[in-house]
Amino acid sequence: MRDVAVVGFAQRQMEEFDGSPTCVEMLVPLFAECYEQTGWNRHDIGFWCSGSSDYLAGRSFSFVSAVDAIGVIPPINESHVEMDAAWALYEAWLKIQTGEVDTALVYGFGKASAGVLRRTLALQLDPYSMTPLWPDTVSLAGIQARTGIEAGVWDERAMAEVVNRSLTDAEKNEYAIRKGGSSVEELLARPMYADPLRKHDCSPVTDGAAAIILAADDRARSVADRPAWITGLAHNVDPISMGNRDLTRSPSTAAAVRGLDLGGVEVAELHAPFSHQELVLRTELGLADDVAINPSGGALAGNPMFTGGLIRFGEAAKKVWDGSADKVLAHATSGPALQQNLVCVMEGREKAEH
Amino acid sequence: MFYFLTMPRTLSAPVTVAFDYTRSTGPVVGRFLTGLRDGVLVAGRTSAGDVVVPPLEFDPGTHEATADFVEVAPVGTVTSWSWVPEPVAGQPFDRPFAFALVTLDGATRPFFHAVDVASPAQMSTGMRVRVRWAEERVGHINDIACFEPLPAGDAAATAGAAANQSAVDEDPQREPTPVTGVITPVSLDYVYAASPEESAFYSALLEGKIVGQRCPTCQKVYVPPRSACPADGVAPTELVELPDTGTLTTFCIVNVPFLGQKITPPYVSAYVLLDGADIAFLHLILDIPADEVRMGMRVKAVWKPRDEWGTTIENIDHFRPTGEPDADYDTYKHHL
Repeated sequence: MRDVAVVGFAQRQMEEFDGSPTCVEMLVPLFAECYEQTGWNRHDIGFWCSGSSDYLAGRSFSFVSAVDAIGVIPPINESHVEMDAAWALYEAWLKIQTGEVDTALVYGFGKASAGVLRRTLALQLDPYSMTPLWPDTVSLAGIQARTGIEAGVWDERAMAEVVNRSLTDAEKNEYAIRKGGSSVEELLARPMYADPLRKHDCSPVTDGAAAIILAADDRARSVADRPAWITGLAHNVDPISMGNRDLTRSPSTAAAVRGLDLGGVEVAELHAPFSHQELVLRTELGLADDVAINPSGGALAGNPMFTGGLIRFGEAAKKVWDGSADKVLAHATSGPALQQNLVCVMEGREKAEH
Repeated sequence: MFYFLTMPRTLSAPVTVAFDYTRSTGPVVGRFLTGLRDGVLVAGRTSAGDVVVPPLEFDPGTHEATADFVEVAPVGTVTSWSWVPEPVAGQPFDRPFAFALVTLDGATRPFFHAVDVASPAQMSTGMRVRVRWAEERVGHINDIACFEPLPAGDAAATAGAAANQSAVDEDPQREPTPVTGVITPVSLDYVYAASPEESAFYSALLEGKIVGQRCPTCQKVYVPPRSACPADGVAPTELVELPDTGTLTTFCIVNVPFLGQKITPPYVSAYVLLDGADIAFLHLILDIPADEVRMGMRVKAVWKPRDEWGTTIENIDHFRPTGEPDADYDTYKHHL
């Protein structure tokens, strides 16, 4: 296996982007930031991979339009996933492992505010028994939250604690679109929205984009004092049906980390678009109490569709870059109610054999 | 006194994207939907003994196609639910309701659907509900209109009291033809915004002008302008006004009629390279017989009457020949 590290990261998050859903306008300065961090230009990038969806853009081939932001003369080596861009990162990591390329730029983008996000996402469900009912994302999360509450696995107070910590930490995040902690009591006193969820239990609809540069071996060492070396990366999937899995658990998260060494993780950026989902993930990951969870504020402070997971990678990698952590974890989710989960371990030190 | 002209940074317009998804069902999903049409709930039994509605196409343990079908009751117990305070278009109700997981009597796994109650106070896990069938059933999940609470005193109000599962009835009288396909209309509404550069282009058209963008790196002029030069990936810094004359680089004669066609064939669709631009754009060529159109022909825009102009490329009705001598091939060969 080649040693691959995260060496560049840039992001934008906003409540409502007033430009084209192709997001080219947002991506050009993000790529420029990544070039500045590495001293590279587009000709130094061996592979490009993006995560986005035409259903969000309301137009066809939006990912092809987005390629304008790269510049494609001479032609580039490019791919795309219709998932959170964290899965694009996985593809890019594999591409580097093949030895075909040494560097990759991964990006995701989405203008969720162009449509009704919680409705649009019904199109990712079973087309025979689910999509025709237009189950919205919030309702599916509400069913999951109640399952855990009534089974005694978590309670509303624990959910409010997640929210309060996230929104308090988000005050330090310039990109957060929802921020400002109060108290668990004050949060619990707020009205129900989609009973059993209050609005603050749900991540805000967010427009945005993010980009990450991966580099292998000496290419990474040459551009970063402390690259965030990927020492573990895996993803797994649960059945899509809400009725055929234990909604209080995330077997796919547990399966993804089975081969990873999580010992010594100091910071974990978890992609939990709903407050109770952080509780599910923490249990499945078996994180110790002293692990800092989502110091960025996490998805409850801002969750651009197709980028919310990739941003977790960038936020976690930054902790390695600045020396504030030696070992971090990044997680991304996709699909309804934590159906698909991807987990990555990054470290400041290279693997033992080096 | 100063007057500030306040305009949004970009133009936007509502867009609806709609498509009727037509899907074949396969034998297992078809069996379930055939049951709905006939007013029965068909479940599948897994190798682990679970009874699942809708039946799984393949067994999660053995991966064999599901072949063991049973009927379960149209009555069941709510195992979890969420209130839907602000329904979105297409959901079973346009007023608040609940989505719920309901374990039907005879099944071991819950089934997802709506429950028709007026407030979350009327919902509880463990409550007994029954299917309310749609007035017309066609073999679609919407054949179940929703679930509704069982009236107090109903014999089935206690879990387990209702009829349990039974083998699927193969009575040919009930199944004249199995359901093999479903049609699900999908319609999504967006507010589609143009980029700032596209907005400048469409705003200029309102003034009868054509605006392009020059790449600061390669100096090429794109029309319509883009948010980045597709060759170099750099943002534009200079918008340039272009004339409404140009050269036809390549074309096709449209002979085939199609849905929504506005002009009677044959007519000519062509790439027009405006003078000073480096990329051609597609428009219509009229005022000349189709068989006389040729590469290199010089053309000029024919604008609609000014009072019909909007922020649209349709302000230009079509391009017509100018009568000038044809352009030399070398002047446009790099733009083909």
